[in-house]
Amino acid sequence: MPPFSRLVTEGKRAIPGTLVFDGDTAQAGYALNAMCYSFNTLANRQAFAADEEGYMDRFHLTETQREAVRQRNVLGMLAAGGNVYYLAKLVGIFGLNVQDLGALQTGMSPDAFKAALLEHAVTETRVAPKLGKDGRLAA
Amino acid sequence: MSKICGGIFTSHVPGIGKAIAQNLQNDPYWKPFFDGFNPVHQWLAAEKPDVAVVFYNDHGLNFFLDKMPTFAIGAAERYTHEDEGWGISFDRPFHGHADLSWHIIEQVVASEFDPVTCQAMTVDHAVAVPFELCWPGKDAFPVKLIPIAINTVQHPLPSPKRCHDLGKAVGRAIETWGGNEKVVIFGTGGLSHQLEGERAGHINVDYDKFCLRNLAPDPEALLQHDTLDIVELAGSQGVEIINWIAARGALTGSVRELASNYHVPISNTAAATVLLSHSERVLA
Repeated sequence: MPPFSRLVTEGKRAIPGTLVFDGDTAQAGYALNAMCYSFNTLANRQAFAADEEGYMDRFHLTETQREAVRQRNVLGMLAAGGNVYYLAKLVGIFGLNVQDLGALQTGMSPDAFKAALLEHAVTETRVAPKLGKDGRLAA
Repeated sequence: MSKICGGIFTSHVPGIGKAIAQNLQNDPYWKPFFDGFNPVHQWLAAEKPDVAVVFYNDHGLNFFLDKMPTFAIGAAERYTHEDEGWGISFDRPFHGHADLSWHIIEQVVASEFDPVTCQAMTVDHAVAVPFELCWPGKDAFPVKLIPIAINTVQHPLPSPKRCHDLGKAVGRAIETWGGNEKVVIFGTGGLSHQLEGERAGHINVDYDKFCLRNLAPDPEALLQHDTLDIVELAGSQGVEIINWIAARGALTGSVRELASNYHVPISNTAAATVLLSHSERVLA
């Protein structure tokens, strides 16, 4: 395994290509994430789709967050404190799945992103020889 | 006394739930993953556990950033899965075992853990998908659920060692419960994956194999990395391996691997399923 980066930026460990969602980010992103959390409810997803600006008003998004949402700029949403577990609920409204999301963030086409995942393709299966058909371990 | 018969460790990707909803188990893309559950089904049919204690992380169904517990233990008689934002909700309810939940809470607090206790909670795909995988179909789930949520969302996360110790405390609590239930432990999530950022799509087969190789014989090998090490190695969602580490901690006796299936990729994830047997004494 490669050695760890051990890079430090502004007193924090920096991991290449990765934003660690910590207290600072959670504070900065609260409004955006709160809006996304509301999308667990279908009626809220519909209300957002009907009037994005009005819905963002209700949750007091910052201008930076609003602009990232308007532009469908996922890296911008992350930089504005978005957490992907909540953003996933928003991008679903835009009809995007997690491969589309990966493609948007890495600048690849969706097909190229899927092909990159497949470069790791492996299947490895082990079943204990003593596991009988009845599912019990033989003595 | 109640007994822990084994552990089931599995990925919990939402796309698996979608594949189940669309009946894609035999689709060429999905089959190698679903086939990993054949030995699990055999084993569950033979062992017939009564209770499942599930270590998992909530992705924004029950918990939000307004109140984010490091550890939370369900103590309800019933839990449900609900729409998480993409319109899928599994309708089979989960029956709880509040008395055993409270016993576990009493015991882990006596062991100096400080969990949040939840008499009402929903459980997300990290519980629902593994249950659907283990007990496919429409019949009521044959086990009662005790959910134990671990924060993998907002750093600082609990350390792998802390999770492992929590698991040990839960294992000891189950073994001192006066009932005669048979208990299976679940750890869900992982393996390596990262959904966000410029490194989206990160997968680390070497690290995953290291985890799979050591999970049964030497779980403490997984404690050498701190949570940020794991984020770097396995990706920002690959850190869900701490749920596996906690679950493995609950198996305090003799452990053997019965089955292991590693399949890359499922959605953006290196998926895995592991079945471990557990007995108090070393088997001959």
